[in-house]
Amino acid sequence: MSTISREEVARLAGLARIDLTDSELTRLAGELDVIVESVARVGEVATDDVPATSHPIPMTNVFRDDVVETPLTVEEALSGAPEALEGRFAVPQILGEEA
Amino acid sequence: MSAAPDLVPFDDAVRRYDPVIGIEVHVELGTASKMFDGAPTEFGAPPNSQTTPVSLGLPGVLPALNGKAVESAIRIGLALNCQIAELCRFARKNYFYPDVPKNFQTSQYDEPIAFEGLVELELTDGTPVRVEIERAHMEEDAGKNTHIGGTDGRIHGADYSLVDYNRAGIPLVEIVTKPITGVGERAPEVAAAYVRYLRDLFRALGVSEARMERGNVRADVNVSLRPTPDAPLGTRTETKNVNSFRSVERAVRYEISRQAAVLDSGQPVTQETRHFHEDTGTTSSGRLKSDAEDYRYFPEPDLVPVAPSRAWVDELRGTLPEMPALRRKRLQADWGFTDPEMRDVVNAGAVELIEATVVAGASPAAARKWWMGELARTAKSDEVDLEALAITPAQIAELQGLVDSGRLNDKLARQVLAGVLAGEGSPEEVASARGLEVVSDDGALESAVDEALAAQPDVVAKIRSGNLGPVGAIIGAVMKATRGQADAGRVREIVLARVAQD
Repeated sequence: MSTISREEVARLAGLARIDLTDSELTRLAGELDVIVESVARVGEVATDDVPATSHPIPMTNVFRDDVVETPLTVEEALSGAPEALEGRFAVPQILGEEA
Repeated sequence: MSAAPDLVPFDDAVRRYDPVIGIEVHVELGTASKMFDGAPTEFGAPPNSQTTPVSLGLPGVLPALNGKAVESAIRIGLALNCQIAELCRFARKNYFYPDVPKNFQTSQYDEPIAFEGLVELELTDGTPVRVEIERAHMEEDAGKNTHIGGTDGRIHGADYSLVDYNRAGIPLVEIVTKPITGVGERAPEVAAAYVRYLRDLFRALGVSEARMERGNVRADVNVSLRPTPDAPLGTRTETKNVNSFRSVERAVRYEISRQAAVLDSGQPVTQETRHFHEDTGTTSSGRLKSDAEDYRYFPEPDLVPVAPSRAWVDELRGTLPEMPALRRKRLQADWGFTDPEMRDVVNAGAVELIEATVVAGASPAAARKWWMGELARTAKSDEVDLEALAITPAQIAELQGLVDSGRLNDKLARQVLAGVLAGEGSPEEVASARGLEVVSDDGALESAVDEALAAQPDVVAKIRSGNLGPVGAIIGAVMKATRGQADAGRVREIVLARVAQD
């Protein structure tokens, strides 16, 4: 019994900007199902006294001093840009998502 | 484009609906380097000259957290009377937009560094307002997009954006209020007063230059209406990036009028972000508000948690400056300014300038006269802030010293001021270089008076007959002859002595 629907996969794919075909949606719904079920089994043994772990190494407060380092030159910064204009990265405008 | 929406007059809207506001303020911290890398943060540098591979989100880079930014965030939290988290993490806020080169913004989600605060501020007439703070969290700024081409999308081929990543990665603290209720028709004023309070606080803390016109402080204003104060909260809109106190006030006012018209027509208010238009004072629909889950937040694996020790928090608490409102009350008492005088000084952003001028030796009244008079006029005509003028408080004190010692009169002092503003040097240097000094040398004044009297023989007779009115005309003539440099009081004495002699 699948808990992840094809619609949910399609929505996630949309958010992640991944173009999936119909057959890929079906296949991934099944694969994600397996992952979710596996994670759910971990949830069965993790009781309330086990805090959720995001960082496996018990380390906190790693700070850098507020010191300036030499930045890239404009040419270096733009060297990987598919297109550049007036010292800036030129990108297609995303319509309807004006920030 | 849809037609302009209907508006209910503001007074009518707030009589029939109860407005609730909420404000999110972003402040750029004034650190030397960025939040997660050593790129410089200088304002106004050429585009893309302040980046590292981290700022550009190149593959394989790792962030390194700026400790100074964390310290500033904690101090802001403490100044807002917040609790400081014992442990908090960063989170990735995932979305695709060209100004975020990593395709996620490093932010905080369910574990802000500061939470549950309270500020108490005063409106200009002294009415107290309490604003509860929900949270203050750390995040990074995005780059800057400039859109080129047809704004209505008709010329699709020509539409593109240019991106400058100098701002990407500059540390931000975002401060979110709880819903502010019970302020009724004063909602617009409260919103502006709150943002101003924060601006002053950031400056007092020294965590940011907090210059509104540079976008150091940006506000998003949430507005909703409900029929009565005991009704559940209505649907809100969020007007983004409102960047001046006046705009904050206008945006709230406009949204109240607009939403009242929507509700009057029986329609629901659409939950959405809106854009504020400086020129018309109106807002327009932006994008539909995303669900939080659309951002797929998850803990940032590349940064370890921040766990400020209580000792560190206490130490930072000890560095908090006197809060701006208390400081103003103390300064007003010290200076002997009336309430309206002090309000004008505060509104002009002249408190620190006057304080520094007084410290440099001028009287409070003289300091106020210069900053609120001649200098305020200059700043206004140049369209800059007072503090951006090319003159220091110490120079104003020096200039006033020249007036107090009798070397300059008001008119000459204004000419000296113009010279200082023009970059000709200190007041002393300008006075010497331009030869501006009150002439009180009797020999020079007596001959100028004699010339003036000789030029207007009828005046002497009038004065002798007891009509002192024409004395002013003689003084005026002497001032003109000495290019305004005569000591007017001394000229008057000489005129009267001369008339009595003859």
